[in-house]
Amino acid sequence: MALDKVGIAKRIAQELRDGWYVNLGIGIPTLVANYIPEGIEVEFQSENGILGMGPFPFEGEEDADLINAGKQTITARKGASFFDSAMSFAMIRGQHVQLTVLGAMEVSQNGDIANWKIPGKMVKGMGGAMDLVASAENIIVAMLHTNREGESKILRTCSLPLTGVGCVKKVVTELAVLEIKNNKFHLVERAPGVSVEEIIAKTEGDLVVPDVVPEMKF
Amino acid sequence: MNKVVKNVEEALRGIEDGMTLMLGGFGLCGIPENSIAHLVKTEVKGLTCISNNAGVDDFGLGLLLHKKQIKKMISSYVGENAEFERQMLSGELIVDLIPQGSLAERCRAGGAGIPAFFTPAGYGTEVAEGKEMRIFNGKPHILEEALTADFAIVKAWKGDTEGNLVFKATARNFNPMMAMAGKITIAEVEELVPAGELDPNFIHTPGIFVQRIFKGEKFEKRIEQRTVRIKN
Repeated sequence: MALDKVGIAKRIAQELRDGWYVNLGIGIPTLVANYIPEGIEVEFQSENGILGMGPFPFEGEEDADLINAGKQTITARKGASFFDSAMSFAMIRGQHVQLTVLGAMEVSQNGDIANWKIPGKMVKGMGGAMDLVASAENIIVAMLHTNREGESKILRTCSLPLTGVGCVKKVVTELAVLEIKNNKFHLVERAPGVSVEEIIAKTEGDLVVPDVVPEMKF
Repeated sequence: MNKVVKNVEEALRGIEDGMTLMLGGFGLCGIPENSIAHLVKTEVKGLTCISNNAGVDDFGLGLLLHKKQIKKMISSYVGENAEFERQMLSGELIVDLIPQGSLAERCRAGGAGIPAFFTPAGYGTEVAEGKEMRIFNGKPHILEEALTADFAIVKAWKGDTEGNLVFKATARNFNPMMAMAGKITIAEVEELVPAGELDPNFIHTPGIFVQRIFKGEKFEKRIEQRTVRIKN
Protein backbone atom coordinates (compact mmCIF):
# COMPACT_ATOMS: atom_id res chain seq x y z
CA MET A 1 0.00 0.00 0.00
CA ALA A 2 1.17 3.49 -0.77
CA LEU A 3 2.59 5.39 2.21
CA ASP A 4 0.85 8.33 3.81
CA LYS A 5 2.72 11.54 4.64
CA VAL A 6 3.86 10.15 7.97
CA GLY A 7 5.18 7.06 6.21
CA ILE A 8 7.25 9.18 3.84
CA ALA A 9 8.62 11.15 6.80
CA LYS A 10 9.44 7.94 8.69
CA ARG A 11 11.34 6.53 5.71
CA ILE A 12 13.33 9.76 5.30
CA ALA A 13 14.12 9.75 9.03
CA GLN A 14 16.03 6.50 8.43
CA GLU A 15 18.53 8.51 6.38
CA LEU A 16 19.53 10.64 9.40
CA ARG A 17 22.99 10.04 10.85
CA ASP A 18 24.42 10.80 14.26
CA GLY A 19 25.91 14.27 14.58
CA TRP A 20 24.22 15.79 11.54
CA TYR A 21 22.81 19.29 11.30
CA VAL A 22 19.63 19.06 9.25
CA ASN A 23 17.36 21.61 7.57
CA LEU A 24 13.76 20.52 7.09
CA GLY A 25 11.46 22.28 4.63
CA ILE A 26 7.77 23.03 5.04
CA GLY A 27 5.16 20.23 4.85
CA ILE A 28 6.12 16.54 4.91
CA PRO A 29 9.79 17.34 5.68
CA THR A 30 8.79 18.99 8.98
CA LEU A 31 7.33 15.66 10.12
CA VAL A 32 10.74 13.98 9.84
CA ALA A 33 11.74 15.54 13.17
CA ASN A 34 9.19 13.31 14.93
CA TYR A 35 10.88 10.06 13.88
CA ILE A 36 14.58 10.39 14.69
CA PRO A 37 15.99 6.84 14.98
CA GLU A 38 16.90 5.78 18.51
CA GLY A 39 20.47 6.26 19.64
CA ILE A 40 21.38 9.11 17.32
CA GLU A 41 21.51 12.83 17.87
CA VAL A 42 20.71 15.40 15.19
CA GLU A 43 20.18 19.15 15.39
CA PHE A 44 17.58 20.91 13.31
CA GLN A 45 18.34 24.23 11.67
CA SER A 46 15.55 26.50 10.57
CA GLU A 47 16.67 29.15 8.13
CA ASN A 48 14.81 31.99 9.85
CA GLY A 49 17.47 31.80 12.53
CA ILE A 50 17.60 28.89 14.97
CA LEU A 51 19.82 25.91 15.46
CA GLY A 52 18.50 23.37 17.94
CA MET A 53 14.82 23.58 17.13
CA GLY A 54 12.63 21.68 19.57
CA PRO A 55 9.03 20.43 19.44
CA PHE A 56 5.91 22.59 19.36
CA PRO A 57 5.25 24.41 22.65
CA PHE A 58 2.57 23.34 25.10
CA GLU A 59 -0.66 25.25 24.83
CA GLY A 60 -0.31 28.62 26.54
CA GLU A 61 3.47 28.62 26.17
CA GLU A 62 3.60 29.86 22.56
CA ASP A 63 6.02 32.72 21.92
CA ALA A 64 5.37 34.94 18.89
CA ASP A 65 9.12 35.62 18.73
CA LEU A 66 10.01 31.94 18.41
CA ILE A 67 8.94 30.35 15.13
CA ASN A 68 10.32 28.08 12.42
CA ALA A 69 10.60 28.80 8.70
CA GLY A 70 7.02 27.58 8.26
CA LYS A 71 5.98 30.36 10.69
CA GLN A 72 4.85 27.75 13.22
CA THR A 73 5.41 28.34 16.93
CA ILE A 74 8.24 26.12 18.20
CA THR A 75 10.54 25.71 21.20
CA ALA A 76 14.32 25.85 21.50
CA ARG A 77 16.21 22.83 22.84
CA LYS A 78 18.95 23.07 25.44
CA GLY A 79 22.07 24.27 23.66
CA ALA A 80 20.12 26.05 20.94
CA SER A 81 21.31 29.29 19.35
CA PHE A 82 19.64 32.17 17.52
CA PHE A 83 21.18 34.19 14.71
CA ASP A 84 20.34 36.56 11.87
CA SER A 85 19.39 35.57 8.32
CA ALA A 86 22.81 36.29 6.81
CA MET A 87 24.47 34.02 9.40
CA SER A 88 21.81 31.39 8.78
CA PHE A 89 22.51 31.24 5.06
CA ALA A 90 26.25 31.27 5.72
CA MET A 91 25.63 27.95 7.48
CA ILE A 92 23.68 26.72 4.46
CA ARG A 93 25.84 28.05 1.61
CA GLY A 94 29.00 27.25 3.54
CA GLN A 95 27.90 23.58 3.67
CA HIS A 96 27.88 23.37 7.43
CA VAL A 97 24.44 21.74 7.25
CA GLN A 98 24.71 18.06 6.32
CA LEU A 99 21.22 17.29 5.04
CA THR A 100 18.39 19.24 3.47
CA VAL A 101 14.92 17.73 3.12
CA LEU A 102 12.40 19.62 1.05
CA GLY A 103 9.22 19.20 -0.95
CA ALA A 104 8.84 19.55 -4.71
CA MET A 105 6.23 19.98 -7.42
CA GLU A 106 8.48 18.24 -9.97
CA VAL A 107 11.89 16.59 -10.14
CA SER A 108 13.71 15.46 -13.25
CA GLN A 109 16.17 12.67 -13.95
CA ASN A 110 19.15 15.03 -14.09
CA GLY A 111 18.42 16.19 -10.55
CA ASP A 112 16.58 19.43 -11.34
CA ILE A 113 13.85 20.50 -8.93
CA ALA A 114 10.87 22.85 -9.32
CA ASN A 115 8.90 23.95 -6.28
CA TRP A 116 8.26 27.68 -6.22
CA LYS A 117 6.06 28.88 -9.03
CA ILE A 118 3.29 27.91 -11.43
CA PRO A 119 3.32 30.65 -14.09
CA GLY A 120 0.10 32.66 -14.19
CA LYS A 121 -1.45 30.70 -11.33
CA MET A 122 0.55 30.51 -8.18
CA VAL A 123 3.57 32.47 -7.07
CA LYS A 124 4.60 32.05 -3.50
CA GLY A 125 8.29 32.67 -3.96
CA MET A 126 11.33 30.50 -3.45
CA GLY A 127 12.04 31.49 0.14
CA GLY A 128 15.28 29.79 1.12
CA ALA A 129 14.87 26.86 -1.26
CA MET A 130 17.19 28.14 -3.99
CA ASP A 131 20.01 28.79 -1.51
CA LEU A 132 19.45 25.38 0.07
CA VAL A 133 19.45 23.34 -3.13
CA ALA A 134 22.35 25.25 -4.69
CA SER A 135 24.64 24.52 -1.78
CA ALA A 136 23.62 21.35 0.04
CA GLU A 137 25.71 18.25 -0.62
CA ASN A 138 22.89 15.98 0.39
CA ILE A 139 19.34 16.77 -0.65
CA ILE A 140 16.37 14.48 -0.19
CA VAL A 141 13.09 15.41 -1.82
CA ALA A 142 9.86 14.37 -0.10
CA MET A 143 6.96 14.39 -2.54
CA LEU A 144 4.02 12.55 -4.05
CA HIS A 145 4.74 10.52 -7.17
CA THR A 146 1.81 11.97 -9.13
CA ASN A 147 -0.38 15.07 -9.10
CA ARG A 148 -4.14 15.19 -8.48
CA GLU A 149 -4.80 14.32 -12.11
CA GLY A 150 -2.62 11.24 -11.75
CA GLU A 151 0.19 12.63 -13.91
CA SER A 152 3.77 11.79 -12.96
CA LYS A 153 5.85 14.42 -11.16
CA ILE A 154 8.99 12.29 -11.62
CA LEU A 155 9.97 13.56 -15.04
CA ARG A 156 12.42 13.52 -17.91
CA THR A 157 12.59 17.31 -17.71
CA CYS A 158 10.76 19.69 -15.40
CA SER A 159 8.04 21.79 -17.02
CA LEU A 160 7.77 24.37 -14.23
CA PRO A 161 10.31 27.13 -13.50
CA LEU A 162 13.31 25.58 -11.77
CA THR A 163 14.44 26.05 -8.20
CA GLY A 164 17.81 24.41 -8.79
CA VAL A 165 19.67 22.39 -11.40
CA GLY A 166 21.33 18.99 -11.06
CA CYS A 167 21.11 19.01 -7.28
CA VAL A 168 18.68 16.28 -6.15
CA LYS A 169 20.24 12.91 -5.30
CA LYS A 170 17.37 11.09 -3.64
CA VAL A 171 13.58 11.19 -3.81
CA VAL A 172 11.17 9.54 -1.38
CA THR A 173 7.53 9.28 -2.48
CA GLU A 174 4.47 7.40 -1.24
CA LEU A 175 5.51 4.59 -3.62
CA ALA A 176 9.28 4.39 -3.73
CA VAL A 177 12.78 5.49 -2.85
CA LEU A 178 14.57 6.68 -5.98
CA GLU A 179 18.19 7.69 -6.46
CA ILE A 180 19.34 9.98 -9.26
CA LYS A 181 22.56 8.90 -10.96
CA ASN A 182 23.92 9.21 -14.50
CA ASN A 183 20.89 11.15 -15.69
CA LYS A 184 18.41 8.45 -14.68
CA PHE A 185 16.17 7.55 -11.77
CA HIS A 186 17.17 4.30 -10.05
CA LEU A 187 14.53 2.37 -8.13
CA VAL A 188 16.02 1.52 -4.74
CA GLU A 189 13.05 0.49 -2.61
CA ARG A 190 9.29 0.22 -2.96
CA ALA A 191 6.65 0.95 -0.35
CA PRO A 192 5.26 -2.18 1.33
CA GLY A 193 2.83 -3.92 -1.01
CA VAL A 194 3.43 -1.55 -3.94
CA SER A 195 4.30 -3.30 -7.19
CA VAL A 196 7.24 -2.42 -9.39
CA GLU A 197 4.76 -2.18 -12.28
CA GLU A 198 2.82 0.58 -10.53
CA ILE A 199 6.02 2.57 -9.92
CA ILE A 200 7.08 2.15 -13.55
CA ALA A 201 3.64 3.25 -14.74
CA LYS A 202 3.70 6.37 -12.58
CA THR A 203 7.27 7.42 -13.42
CA GLU A 204 7.62 9.48 -16.60
CA GLY A 205 11.42 9.84 -16.41
CA ASP A 206 13.87 7.07 -17.34
CA LEU A 207 13.82 4.52 -14.53
CA VAL A 208 16.43 1.84 -13.93
CA VAL A 209 14.83 -1.15 -12.22
CA PRO A 210 17.07 -3.83 -10.70
CA ASP A 211 15.98 -7.51 -10.71
CA VAL A 212 15.12 -7.37 -7.05
CA VAL A 213 13.53 -4.28 -5.50
CA PRO A 214 13.31 -4.61 -1.71
CA GLU A 215 10.37 -3.28 0.25
CA MET A 216 10.97 -0.40 2.67
CA LYS A 217 11.36 -1.59 6.25
CA PHE A 218 9.86 0.22 9.21
CA MET B 1 25.01 60.05 21.19
CA ASN B 2 21.34 60.20 21.97
CA LYS B 3 19.23 58.69 19.18
CA VAL B 4 15.90 58.76 20.98
CA VAL B 5 12.90 60.29 19.25
CA LYS B 6 9.57 60.93 20.96
CA ASN B 7 7.25 58.75 18.98
CA VAL B 8 6.60 56.95 15.75
CA GLU B 9 5.57 60.13 13.96
CA GLU B 10 8.91 61.78 14.64
CA ALA B 11 10.76 58.57 13.85
CA LEU B 12 9.26 58.30 10.38
CA ARG B 13 9.68 61.96 9.45
CA GLY B 14 11.17 62.36 5.98
CA ILE B 15 9.66 59.28 4.39
CA GLU B 16 8.24 60.48 1.09
CA ASP B 17 6.43 59.11 -1.95
CA GLY B 18 8.59 56.92 -4.17
CA MET B 19 11.23 56.09 -1.57
CA THR B 20 12.82 52.70 -0.96
CA LEU B 21 12.27 51.18 2.47
CA MET B 22 13.71 48.09 4.11
CA LEU B 23 11.49 46.47 6.73
CA GLY B 24 12.77 43.78 9.07
CA GLY B 25 10.93 40.61 10.00
CA PHE B 26 10.24 37.07 8.88
CA GLY B 27 6.58 36.41 8.36
CA LEU B 28 4.97 38.46 11.12
CA CYS B 29 7.84 37.72 13.51
CA GLY B 30 10.03 40.72 14.34
CA ILE B 31 8.23 43.22 12.09
CA PRO B 32 8.17 46.94 12.98
CA GLU B 33 4.42 46.89 13.46
CA ASN B 34 4.07 50.36 15.00
CA SER B 35 5.91 51.94 12.10
CA ILE B 36 3.89 50.03 9.51
CA ALA B 37 0.63 51.09 11.18
CA HIS B 38 1.78 54.70 11.06
CA LEU B 39 2.85 54.49 7.40
CA VAL B 40 -0.70 53.41 6.60
CA LYS B 41 -1.97 56.60 8.29
CA THR B 42 0.45 58.91 6.46
CA GLU B 43 -0.78 57.63 3.09
CA VAL B 44 2.74 57.87 1.67
CA LYS B 45 2.69 56.00 -1.65
CA GLY B 46 4.73 54.65 -4.55
CA LEU B 47 7.01 52.87 -2.09
CA THR B 48 9.54 50.20 -2.94
CA CYS B 49 9.59 47.82 0.02
CA ILE B 50 12.40 45.37 0.65
CA SER B 51 11.15 42.77 3.09
CA ASN B 52 11.41 38.99 3.22
CA ASN B 53 7.61 38.65 3.24
CA ALA B 54 4.65 40.87 2.50
CA GLY B 55 2.64 40.32 5.67
CA VAL B 56 -0.81 38.74 5.66
CA ASP B 57 -4.02 40.25 4.33
CA ASP B 58 -4.86 42.23 7.46
CA PHE B 59 -1.52 42.68 9.24
CA GLY B 60 2.03 43.79 8.56
CA LEU B 61 2.84 44.97 5.04
CA GLY B 62 -0.52 43.56 3.92
CA LEU B 63 -2.03 46.75 5.36
CA LEU B 64 0.08 48.93 3.04
CA LEU B 65 -0.70 46.67 0.08
CA HIS B 66 -4.42 47.00 0.67
CA LYS B 67 -4.15 50.78 0.43
CA LYS B 68 -2.00 50.42 -2.70
CA GLN B 69 0.86 52.37 -1.12
CA ILE B 70 3.46 49.93 -2.43
CA LYS B 71 4.65 50.12 -6.04
CA LYS B 72 7.29 47.43 -5.85
CA MET B 73 8.19 44.59 -3.47
CA ILE B 74 11.56 42.88 -3.19
CA SER B 75 10.96 39.68 -1.22
CA SER B 76 11.70 35.97 -1.09
CA TYR B 77 8.35 34.49 -0.07
CA VAL B 78 4.93 36.02 -0.47
CA GLY B 79 2.50 33.16 0.13
CA GLU B 80 -0.18 33.65 2.78
CA ASN B 81 -1.28 36.92 1.22
CA ALA B 82 -4.17 36.78 -1.25
CA GLU B 83 -4.20 40.52 -2.02
CA PHE B 84 -0.50 40.43 -2.79
CA GLU B 85 -0.97 37.52 -5.18
CA ARG B 86 -3.88 39.31 -6.87
CA GLN B 87 -1.95 42.58 -7.35
CA MET B 88 1.10 40.70 -8.63
CA LEU B 89 -0.76 38.49 -11.11
CA SER B 90 -2.74 41.48 -12.42
CA GLY B 91 0.45 43.49 -12.88
CA GLU B 92 -0.52 46.31 -10.47
CA LEU B 93 2.43 45.50 -8.26
CA ILE B 94 6.01 45.01 -9.46
CA VAL B 95 7.56 42.08 -7.66
CA ASP B 96 11.18 41.05 -7.56
CA LEU B 97 11.43 37.63 -5.93
CA ILE B 98 14.92 36.65 -4.87
CA PRO B 99 16.34 33.75 -2.85
CA GLN B 100 16.18 34.36 0.89
CA GLY B 101 19.89 33.90 1.48
CA SER B 102 20.70 36.24 -1.40
CA LEU B 103 18.28 38.82 0.01
CA ALA B 104 19.94 38.65 3.43
CA GLU B 105 23.43 38.86 1.97
CA ARG B 106 22.50 41.68 -0.42
CA CYS B 107 21.33 43.75 2.56
CA ARG B 108 24.43 42.85 4.55
CA ALA B 109 26.64 43.75 1.56
CA GLY B 110 24.80 47.06 1.16
CA GLY B 111 25.59 47.97 4.72
CA ALA B 112 29.12 46.62 4.60
CA GLY B 113 30.36 48.51 1.54
CA ILE B 114 30.52 45.47 -0.72
CA PRO B 115 28.87 46.34 -4.05
CA ALA B 116 28.22 42.77 -5.22
CA PHE B 117 29.08 39.11 -4.58
CA PHE B 118 28.84 35.73 -6.27
CA THR B 119 26.49 33.04 -4.98
CA PRO B 120 25.47 29.63 -6.32
CA ALA B 121 21.83 30.26 -5.35
CA GLY B 122 19.56 30.67 -8.35
CA TYR B 123 22.01 29.50 -11.01
CA GLY B 124 20.10 27.89 -13.89
CA THR B 125 16.80 29.47 -12.81
CA GLU B 126 14.95 32.62 -13.84
CA VAL B 127 16.65 34.42 -10.96
CA ALA B 128 19.91 34.22 -12.93
CA GLU B 129 18.50 35.88 -16.05
CA GLY B 130 20.55 38.93 -17.02
CA LYS B 131 23.11 38.36 -14.28
CA GLU B 132 26.81 37.75 -14.76
CA MET B 133 27.83 34.11 -14.29
CA ARG B 134 31.26 32.84 -13.27
CA ILE B 135 32.71 29.48 -12.34
CA PHE B 136 34.52 29.13 -9.02
CA ASN B 137 35.88 25.75 -7.91
CA GLY B 138 34.14 24.14 -10.86
CA LYS B 139 30.74 25.41 -9.86
CA PRO B 140 28.64 28.13 -11.52
CA HIS B 141 27.77 31.24 -9.50
CA ILE B 142 25.75 34.37 -10.27
CA LEU B 143 26.56 37.97 -9.42
CA GLU B 144 24.15 39.58 -6.98
CA GLU B 145 24.31 43.30 -6.23
CA ALA B 146 24.07 44.95 -2.84
CA LEU B 147 20.82 46.55 -1.66
CA THR B 148 20.46 49.79 0.27
CA ALA B 149 17.43 51.86 1.24
CA ASP B 150 16.46 55.45 1.96
CA PHE B 151 15.10 54.24 5.27
CA ALA B 152 15.50 50.91 7.05
CA ILE B 153 12.87 50.21 9.69
CA VAL B 154 13.70 47.47 12.18
CA LYS B 155 12.20 46.05 15.34
CA ALA B 156 14.22 45.02 18.38
CA TRP B 157 13.41 43.60 21.79
CA LYS B 158 15.60 46.01 23.75
CA GLY B 159 17.42 49.11 22.74
CA ASP B 160 19.30 51.83 24.57
CA THR B 161 19.48 55.57 24.07
CA GLU B 162 22.67 55.13 21.98
CA GLY B 163 20.79 52.95 19.48
CA ASN B 164 22.36 49.66 20.53
CA LEU B 165 19.94 46.80 19.87
CA VAL B 166 19.22 43.34 21.24
CA PHE B 167 16.80 41.02 19.46
CA LYS B 168 14.80 38.16 20.89
CA ALA B 169 14.85 34.59 19.56
CA THR B 170 13.93 34.28 15.87
CA ALA B 171 12.59 37.85 15.77
CA ARG B 172 16.17 38.81 14.88
CA ASN B 173 16.06 37.48 11.27
CA PHE B 174 16.59 40.30 8.73
CA ASN B 175 16.65 43.15 11.23
CA PRO B 176 20.44 43.37 11.82
CA MET B 177 21.38 43.42 8.12
CA MET B 178 18.67 45.90 7.24
CA ALA B 179 19.76 48.14 10.10
CA MET B 180 23.18 48.25 8.41
CA ALA B 181 21.83 49.02 4.94
CA GLY B 182 19.56 52.00 5.60
CA LYS B 183 20.77 55.53 4.86
CA ILE B 184 18.62 56.35 7.86
CA THR B 185 17.76 53.46 10.18
CA ILE B 186 14.79 53.63 12.51
CA ALA B 187 14.50 51.12 15.35
CA GLU B 188 11.27 50.51 17.22
CA VAL B 189 11.83 48.61 20.46
CA GLU B 190 9.76 46.96 23.16
CA GLU B 191 12.00 48.25 25.93
CA LEU B 192 14.05 51.42 25.73
CA VAL B 193 16.72 51.71 28.44
CA PRO B 194 19.40 54.28 29.35
CA ALA B 195 22.89 53.79 27.91
CA GLY B 196 24.89 51.45 30.13
CA GLU B 197 22.05 49.12 30.99
CA LEU B 198 22.66 46.70 28.13
CA ASP B 199 25.75 44.52 28.50
CA PRO B 200 28.12 45.52 25.66
CA ASN B 201 29.05 41.83 25.34
CA PHE B 202 25.57 40.98 24.19
CA ILE B 203 24.70 43.77 21.75
CA HIS B 204 23.51 42.36 18.41
CA THR B 205 23.40 45.63 16.44
CA PRO B 206 25.83 48.38 17.52
CA GLY B 207 24.32 51.86 17.74
CA ILE B 208 26.39 53.18 14.83
CA PHE B 209 23.84 51.62 12.49
CA VAL B 210 20.83 53.27 14.12
CA GLN B 211 19.89 56.93 13.67
CA ARG B 212 16.51 57.04 15.42
CA ILE B 213 15.10 54.87 18.18
CA PHE B 214 11.72 54.88 19.92
CA LYS B 215 9.64 52.71 22.18
CA GLY B 216 6.72 51.19 20.28
CA GLU B 217 3.37 52.10 21.75
CA LYS B 218 1.79 48.68 21.38
CA PHE B 219 3.03 45.31 20.15
CA GLU B 220 0.33 42.92 19.07
CA LYS B 221 2.91 40.34 17.89
CA ARG B 222 0.43 38.30 15.95
CA ILE B 223 1.18 34.59 15.48
CA GLU B 224 0.77 33.30 11.94
CA GLN B 225 0.68 29.54 12.60
CA ARG B 226 -0.14 28.69 16.18
CA THR B 227 1.08 25.12 16.65
CA VAL B 228 1.02 23.43 20.05
CA ARG B 229 1.40 20.08 21.71
CA ILE B 230 -1.10 18.76 24.21
CA LYS B 231 0.19 18.09 27.73
CA ASN B 232 -0.30 14.45 28.73
